[in-house]
Amino acid sequence: MTTHNDTTQYTSAEMMTITAARALTNNMTCFVGIGLPSEAANVARLTHAPDVTLIYESGTLQTKPEVLPLSIGDGELCESALTTVSVPEMFRYWLQGGHIDVGFLGTAQIDRFANLNTTVIAANHPEGGKNGAHSYANPRVRLPGGGGAPEISTNAKEVFITVKHSKRTFVKDVDFITTIGFGRDGKGRDNLPNIGRGPSVVITDLCILKPDPATKELIVTSLHPGTTKEDVIEATGWEIKFADSLETTPVPSEKELHVLRELKARTEKAHSAQEAI
Amino acid sequence: MTKFMTLKDAVATYVKDGDSIALEGFTHLIPFAAGHEIIRQKRRNLSLIRMTPDLIYDQLVGAGCVRKLTFSWGGNPGVGSLHRVRDAIENDYPCALETVEHSHAAMANAYEAGAAGLPLAVFRGYVGSELPLVNKEIASIICPFTGEQLAAIPAIKPDVGIIHAQKADRAGNVLIEGIIGVQKEVVLSAKRSIVTVEEIVDNLEVTPNACVLPAWTIDAIAVAPEGAKPSYTLGYYDRDNNYYKQWDNISRDRDSFNQWLESHVFGQGDV
Repeated sequence: MTTHNDTTQYTSAEMMTITAARALTNNMTCFVGIGLPSEAANVARLTHAPDVTLIYESGTLQTKPEVLPLSIGDGELCESALTTVSVPEMFRYWLQGGHIDVGFLGTAQIDRFANLNTTVIAANHPEGGKNGAHSYANPRVRLPGGGGAPEISTNAKEVFITVKHSKRTFVKDVDFITTIGFGRDGKGRDNLPNIGRGPSVVITDLCILKPDPATKELIVTSLHPGTTKEDVIEATGWEIKFADSLETTPVPSEKELHVLRELKARTEKAHSAQEAI
Repeated sequence: MTKFMTLKDAVATYVKDGDSIALEGFTHLIPFAAGHEIIRQKRRNLSLIRMTPDLIYDQLVGAGCVRKLTFSWGGNPGVGSLHRVRDAIENDYPCALETVEHSHAAMANAYEAGAAGLPLAVFRGYVGSELPLVNKEIASIICPFTGEQLAAIPAIKPDVGIIHAQKADRAGNVLIEGIIGVQKEVVLSAKRSIVTVEEIVDNLEVTPNACVLPAWTIDAIAVAPEGAKPSYTLGYYDRDNNYYKQWDNISRDRDSFNQWLESHVFGQGDV
C-alpha cells in the first residue's frame, strides 16, 4: 500500500492508527502493547475517549503520556500514571484478576483464526516442519517472543489487534502460536472457564476484519477508502472472505489527524536530543 | 547484613562461574555497570535469567559468559533484534546457548513464588499457546477446590540476584522508585544479592508504602553512579535512545562487537 494518499491528504498508516483508536471507547480499561497499539490508544485518549484507562505491563496504571513511550518501561509512562505497581502485581491482580476490558496487541504474524506469532518464523526453513513445535529450535527468523501477550489475550475480556497488512504477516496458519486467537481450528476457547472472548477486531492499513461468529475465521467487514477487495486478497495469505454488508471505513477527521501528527511530532522531538554511544 | 563494597569486590565475592544469575530491571534500572563488571571478571557458564534480556544480556552473551538464557521478551526495545543472542542461538557463537522461553506473566509469577519460598508458581496462563510444547518447565496443575486447570512453572530462585536502585542510606537500606518491576522479588528470591545504587544518602525520606529493601536482605551494596546507563534511573537520568539504536549496528557484526567490548568494557576502569 502506498504511504500517502494525495487526494485525501492522509497516509494508510494514519488511517490504520485512527481507525484502531476509534475502536476504544471512553469507559474502557485497556492493557496496551508498545508500538502501533500504544499510538492508537493515545490518539483515542486525546480525541474521543479522554477518560479511557490505559495500562502498560511495566506496572503503570491509568497513564497519560504526553509523548509515546519508546519502550514499555519509559519514564513518561510512570510519571504520568495514577500509580505504578510491581510487574507481578500487574499480571496477577490487574490482568489475571479480571480488571482489563481490552488487550490491545500488535504482532509479527497473524492467521485466519487470529492466532499470533511473535516467537519464530520457521515454515520455509529446510529443516523446519509446518508446526512450530518441530522447527522452533532451528528457526528461519528468531522473533522477540511472547512478552505479555499470551496472558493478555486470554485474561482480558476482549482483544483488539492492529498490524500492517501483508502476505508475510497474514498467513493461513501461523508458524507458532505464541498467543491464542481462536486456536488451530477456531475452537480453542470453547468450553474453557475464565477465558476472555478473544480477538473481536483486527485493524490494518487496508481494512477492518472481525471473526465470523460461527467459525471464528477472520473476515473483512470494512474496507478503508481507496482500498479494493483485490488489494486485500493480494495482501492476505488465505482465501479471505468479505462480509455481505461490506462497509467503507470513515475517513480520518481533521481533528484526529491533527492530534496524531502532533503526538508524533512531540514524540520525535522528545526522543531526538540524545548523546552518542 | 549488608556490606558496602566496590562493585569489583562485590562481583568477585558473590558471582561464581556456573551460577544462575538474575540481573533485573524492567527496562528501567537495568544494572549495566554490574553486568560489565561480570564481563571484565570473565565469569563463564552462567545461567542468566531476565524477563527482557535487553542489551545487557546481549553483551554478556556476546562476551562468552553465558551458557543458558531464561527470558520472556528478547528484543532490543523499540529498535529490533538482539544480534549477539541470535548469533549464539543460531551459530553457537561465541558458544552454544540453551534457551528457556516463558511469557512475562509466567516469569513474574515465578519470581514472586521464589520470593515467597514456594517451589512453584501457579497462574492462569499459557492457554492455547504453543510455548508449553517447547519449554518442558511449563506444566499444569488442577485446582483441588474448583477443578480448574492452571499453569504451573518452577519458582525462580537464582544463586545471585542483582539490581540497580536510586539510593541507599548509611545503614544499607535501599529505596527503589518508579517502575519497580520485579526488583524486590529478585533480591528476596536469590541466595545472594548485590544492589548497585546511584548514591548513598543520610536519609531515604520514604513514604510509608515506599518500595524499600531492608539492609539485612542484601549481601552487598556498591555505589555505581549512572550504573543503569544506557537504560534509565527515574529522578537521575533518561534512557539513552541513541545507544540503543547504535547497538543495532555495533552488535550486528562480531568484529565491531569485540572492538566495542575492548574499548567500552575491558578498557574501562572498575567501578
